[in-house]
Amino acid sequence: MLEIKNLHATVDGKAILKGIDLSIQAGEVHAIMGPNGSGKSTLSYILTGREGYELTEGEILFKGKDLREMEPEERAGEGLFLAFQYPVEIPGVPNTTFLKEALNAIRRYRGEDELDAMQFVKMVREKTKLLGINDEMLKRAVNVGFSGGEKKRNEALQMAVLEPAMAILDETDSGLDIDALKTVANSVNLLRKPENAMLVITHYQRLLEYIVPDRVHVLADGRIQRSGGKELALELEEKGYAEFAGAA
Amino acid sequence: MAVTVETVEQVQALDKYKYGFVTEIETDTAPKGLGEDIVRFISAKKNEPQWLLDWRLKAYRHWLTMPEPEWAKVQFPPIDYQDAYYYSAPKSPDDAPKSLDEVDPKLLETYEKLGIPLREQEKLAGVAVDAVFDSVSVATTFKKNLEEVGVIFCSISEAVQKHPELVRKYMGSVVPYGDNKHSCLNSAVFTDGSFVYIPKGVRCPMELSTYFRINAENTGQFERTLIIADEGSYVSYLEGCTAPMRDEHQLHAAVVELIALDDAEIKYSTVQNWYPGDEDGKGGIYNFVTKRGACRGRNSKISWTQVETGSAITWKYPSCILQGDNSVGEFYSIAITNNRQQADTGTKMIHLGKNTRSRIIAKGISAGRSDSTYRGLVRISAKAEGARNFTQCDSLLIGDRCGAHTVPYIESKNRNAILEHEATTSRISEDQLFYCRQRGIPEEDAVALVVNGFCREVLQQLPMEFAVEAQKLVGISLEGSVG
Repeated sequence: MLEIKNLHATVDGKAILKGIDLSIQAGEVHAIMGPNGSGKSTLSYILTGREGYELTEGEILFKGKDLREMEPEERAGEGLFLAFQYPVEIPGVPNTTFLKEALNAIRRYRGEDELDAMQFVKMVREKTKLLGINDEMLKRAVNVGFSGGEKKRNEALQMAVLEPAMAILDETDSGLDIDALKTVANSVNLLRKPENAMLVITHYQRLLEYIVPDRVHVLADGRIQRSGGKELALELEEKGYAEFAGAA
Repeated sequence: MAVTVETVEQVQALDKYKYGFVTEIETDTAPKGLGEDIVRFISAKKNEPQWLLDWRLKAYRHWLTMPEPEWAKVQFPPIDYQDAYYYSAPKSPDDAPKSLDEVDPKLLETYEKLGIPLREQEKLAGVAVDAVFDSVSVATTFKKNLEEVGVIFCSISEAVQKHPELVRKYMGSVVPYGDNKHSCLNSAVFTDGSFVYIPKGVRCPMELSTYFRINAENTGQFERTLIIADEGSYVSYLEGCTAPMRDEHQLHAAVVELIALDDAEIKYSTVQNWYPGDEDGKGGIYNFVTKRGACRGRNSKISWTQVETGSAITWKYPSCILQGDNSVGEFYSIAITNNRQQADTGTKMIHLGKNTRSRIIAKGISAGRSDSTYRGLVRISAKAEGARNFTQCDSLLIGDRCGAHTVPYIESKNRNAILEHEATTSRISEDQLFYCRQRGIPEEDAVALVVNGFCREVLQQLPMEFAVEAQKLVGISLEGSVG
């Protein structure tokens, strides 16, 4: 589903990613772990096309398509979703308006008919029910006044509605207590499907207790230093990132 | 061709005869320039009574002595008043586009985006067709409903003829002829406008909008509107149109006067989308409007809601004089400027009566190289015991070459008054745009979404049907403002 080859990237002219290779197949969940400043978030922004993050070398193929020349909204249309570490507030825009706008934009991109208000409401209600989210959240302005847990659950709701082929979860555990973490992880697990893939970016191992990955990669100093099965996460938890620090 | 002319004449004759809303067809045009003779000419053409001619002349003579207002934060070359026509016959259908094929495709694109029906598009673009037939039947139904409850809704010229006592009593009573240079000019040379009278205890059975929208002829650059809500009555009036209107006059100086008597309420909503000029601001309309409402009676209420997106220059301060005890004034405003547009707009809330309350919510959005200013005055007189005001001014900037300014004046002569003022200035953030785009929403739609959210409190005040169009308009006005 996702093929990353020899990826180099800079931010403000500074080299952050220095040659990443990564291959994720449909149905797989990969985790990227690494210390602060290792380039984890840069990777998620390079994949989703954020301005200011520049790809200098290498290529990214998503479902066989070259992502490099695509706008962020086109990448979303292709089925790439980023669950933000810090979901953004949009005052005055009800959640439901935002979701409908996003879903229909993606449907337009794919040449599908837009959903009308009735169809949309029915669909969203199914998703909130599935995730155990109170419908009241739909009326509130996007992320405004949401607690940390609510924001992350709202990301999960957006993911459920947009049904991406591939979701990148950027530090989804940050700012959550253990109960909120479990709830969010549960929601994410409900959205796991054989035809979809996920890339979980995290600093700590604890999220991976709930969202169990097929593969774990250690990112440090802009490169993947080691890859392994889920047990690698436990090993890291025990030993820390020290042995990878300054690896270059 | 001859057939088209004939059709148009027939329709216009029909309108004139049956519904009286359309200005009489004139055969001649006053020469260019302004003078007492022109004022007399206009008055004579309209067959006006002596008192009105006298009033116009008084206004004209006073206008000559008045300096141009220069306090607003807008810049434009001096207006050559002698280089304009003040009375002209309607354009010959020969000059009008024959079909939508001849209309500027950009204009049509905008109509399309706003979802304006084809028939209305033709009307707005000034196409010489018989599309009016459709609206005539709709208008008839409306007119009948209004007559049944005694509501008078007609052109101001017709009101001068048929209800001179009402016009004489109220016209100029809220905006005196010498109020300001622009309103003074309007008083001298106004050509037409609307007149509304709601009788005692009547709740106007419909928004005075759809009718107006379909049927309004181009009343020209000096429009005059007078709305009187008698005791215990209610009316909601909607002026303007989301679609950009074709107009060849550069200077527009309208006057709107509202009068609310005891327990009456007037809700006045405006969507202004006059031609803003090209990207360099050339050819855009100067919109210098004086709008003022008087809450004369106890417990009366006047509420202004405006969405200002058009014009090269907007100079406009819809105000409320809160005379009656317990009266309420409200001002909800969205002003969007893009490219080279300049807007200096706001309100005045003059508290005279006891326990009078006012509320001001102003949202300014600036993009491109435009400049937007909120200018407001809240004045509490010594006798206005228990007066209250709440003001909130929010500015949103898009890009780094535009300007937003807030100039609130507050004068209180009463120690018991409670005044609150809140103001914010923010920039549309890259975070917000990226968040939207990552969810699949293209950049321009993302801007529209964020801005609509910013304006929500004001959009909610608009009548339902217009709120939807106004939302789309917000997006369209800001096209090309990012990226």
